[in-house]
Amino acid sequence: MLYVGYVMFAVVLLVAVIAPIYYGDSATAMTSTRNSGPTGAFPMGTDGLGRDMLARTLVATRVTVLAAISATLLAALAGISIGVGVWLAPRRVREASLRVIEFWVSYPAMLVAIVVAAILGRGILPAVLAIAVANTAGFARLTANLAAGIASRDYVVTARLMGVPVGRVAARHVVPNMAEPLLILIAQAFAGTLVELAGLSFIGLGAQSPAFDWGSLLNEGVKKIYTNPILVVAPATALIFASMAALFIGDGLAAAANPRSNTSRARMLRAPVPAPASAATPVHSDALLVVDDLSVRHNDSGKELVSHVSFTIDRGEVLGIVGESGSGKSVTASVVAKLLAEGLTASAGRLSLAGADLFDNLSRKDLARRVALVYQDPGTALNPALTLGSQLSDVLVKVLGQKRTEARRNLVERFSEVLLTDPEGRLRQYPHQLSGGMKQRAMIASAMSTNAQLLVADEPTTALDVTVQREVLSLIKRMNKEMGTSVLFISHDLGVVRALCDRVLVMKEGEIVERIDDMAHLSPESVKHPYTRQLLAATPVVHVPGAVTAGSEALR
Amino acid sequence: MSATTGAPPVADTDTDEMVTVRDLDVSFGATRVLHGVSMSIAAGKTVGVVGESGSGKSTLAKVLVGTVRPENGQVTVDTIDVTRISHSQRGAFAYRRRVQMIPQDPFSSLSPRRTIGQTLAEALDPLHARVRRYSETIAFWLERVGLSADMMARYPHEFSGGQRQRVAIARSLIVEPSFVIADEITSALDVSVQAQILELLAEIKDSLGVTMMFISHNLAVVQNVSDEVVVMYRGEVVESGPVAEIYADPKHWYTRTLLDADPGAPGFTLDL
Repeated sequence: MLYVGYVMFAVVLLVAVIAPIYYGDSATAMTSTRNSGPTGAFPMGTDGLGRDMLARTLVATRVTVLAAISATLLAALAGISIGVGVWLAPRRVREASLRVIEFWVSYPAMLVAIVVAAILGRGILPAVLAIAVANTAGFARLTANLAAGIASRDYVVTARLMGVPVGRVAARHVVPNMAEPLLILIAQAFAGTLVELAGLSFIGLGAQSPAFDWGSLLNEGVKKIYTNPILVVAPATALIFASMAALFIGDGLAAAANPRSNTSRARMLRAPVPAPASAATPVHSDALLVVDDLSVRHNDSGKELVSHVSFTIDRGEVLGIVGESGSGKSVTASVVAKLLAEGLTASAGRLSLAGADLFDNLSRKDLARRVALVYQDPGTALNPALTLGSQLSDVLVKVLGQKRTEARRNLVERFSEVLLTDPEGRLRQYPHQLSGGMKQRAMIASAMSTNAQLLVADEPTTALDVTVQREVLSLIKRMNKEMGTSVLFISHDLGVVRALCDRVLVMKEGEIVERIDDMAHLSPESVKHPYTRQLLAATPVVHVPGAVTAGSEALR
Repeated sequence: MSATTGAPPVADTDTDEMVTVRDLDVSFGATRVLHGVSMSIAAGKTVGVVGESGSGKSTLAKVLVGTVRPENGQVTVDTIDVTRISHSQRGAFAYRRRVQMIPQDPFSSLSPRRTIGQTLAEALDPLHARVRRYSETIAFWLERVGLSADMMARYPHEFSGGQRQRVAIARSLIVEPSFVIADEITSALDVSVQAQILELLAEIKDSLGVTMMFISHNLAVVQNVSDEVVVMYRGEVVESGPVAEIYADPKHWYTRTLLDADPGAPGFTLDL
């Protein structure tokens, strides 16, 4: 689509350059054939003075496109300066300016353009200025919104603290980092500008005779639409063609900038031939989760993110997976929850969870009964616009078929189990009214509410303070002990994992490099792989001078 | 000591103390964020500031950098009275170059459209940011933080979180500041990368004699790099002193809670 747009726009530009040279005379030459319909000599007819409409339309391309480009660029320049300037201005100026921009945007662009053009007078230049003024608001608002995000980024704050002048901060850091959305807006605004310009000329405010653009040609044609309808065809087609070209470019740029539109769907494949490793992996009769010879590949690059990973989780067991970012631990967990990201392909000899084959099309209900999830960041896992009660009871009502009141009662019970004070009041609260630790407790309560057999916890304490981390770990431990829930616990911190897990897998670059079965006696001497030893050494541990005695006494 | 001149106002303090904070109060609207905070950092020493989210440790850092104005109290850094610096003065710029803050998030601290060289050149020369003129200095500092000089021409997206944090450290040190604030600089990193960054900081501290404030919620991390520790709770300093003393014999219940919450600590349990 992007390339179609480019080709179409290239045609428009070519015509804009060439047409006035070749057809400049025939566009203004008056012939005796007046108000002609389509003929061989005048395929698009002639106007009241006998001028060739096709030639006129082609020649008008230059004026129209130039006017549209200047109006768009003026609007973009002014809008971007205002939008960026607002964010680098002192707080009060910024607040006031943002309100002004909102007010400005609330008026339809065409209406503003007509009013400004009426004040400035007739002609192409006033029309260009009027449309630029009308469209500036849109650019200013988008830029202000984008700049809001960028202005609070550390690199902008640091640059300002370093003493970089405001203008340079804007040019070096703010504008370049919002180039893509701005380009898209410019392409789309160009299409709008073409139509608005035509509109102004159409109502007689734009190009004045003897000057002409597509809008004024259209204006002349419409007057005779009942007697000689062919006259509107050429300018209307030109207008549609040029704005379609701009829209195609805008949409194409937008699609290219959005990574989601380029990725293929996630796929899960049963490995064609059971790998020899599968025979070697003994499967306990009470294994809840069996993952055999799992590999995950990135479709585009072909890179293997997870290579031949096999493990099982028994009922009531807590298995930890430890590794750094990029080790494949989270991808492995996402396969277990059937939440593989787009653009990835997973294949395995066997993938079964509580008796169900994960390759089959499990119903949402069957999946919800089997697996529950707790994510790293409780701030983004909850929808800020909904109360806890309505969003957390959704899965119970829509997937498990409970009644709303029953679901709420269930949640109240779980909330009190995770020691949230005033559980009924919490259901009516929004996520922002809770601290990070409380949100994560609510997430755990929600995970418990489905009575799932496996809890997948992906770095659930990384975003939390140490004291809150301890509470959350305790809750997971209790859920495991009291309800018999098996847990797959993902973390980069061996110190956290050793406190909670029965067994641990150490992953590095997509492979399991070590399996630790005896967590109680975990020490640099008990592990075999140098990477595990390195991880152990890197785990920060408080050294309390003389703590061995003090600590053991405290435990007694 | 007039606040209207360009020169930074000078306060009288002991010369061996790089940072002195006395009875500092900060409020945002009706919320009191810091209350009666007093602490000091001797030249060449590192003080760890520990506390949970909302304890006021980042606000303290912002007061020291000069972006948050204190309500009450005295704040002196390198003999400059921070409370008297006005935003528009040349003195403010001079001050801000003497105090450097290393931000927490390595993915937000470097502009995606600027090369590493441009980012470092901007620190040296905020106005023109010419890489070529400063390429020797930039190369020196890249190598100093464990990167290679040819990384100068590359963009941040080509680097890992740990490498970016090294660049951020280089940027803060390249202007030869008298005081550096590291605000949770390892909390977004993997443990093994965190260990490398801590090692780098410890080594830089020893060889360059930098005065540093190291903010973290992780006691074990603070212990690795700090000479002294300040424990903050709800906007107040509840305990402070030499690391060995505080860790061996915490006086305040909150310090004890923090110590016991560390998964490697002897008092750690998962019973509620």
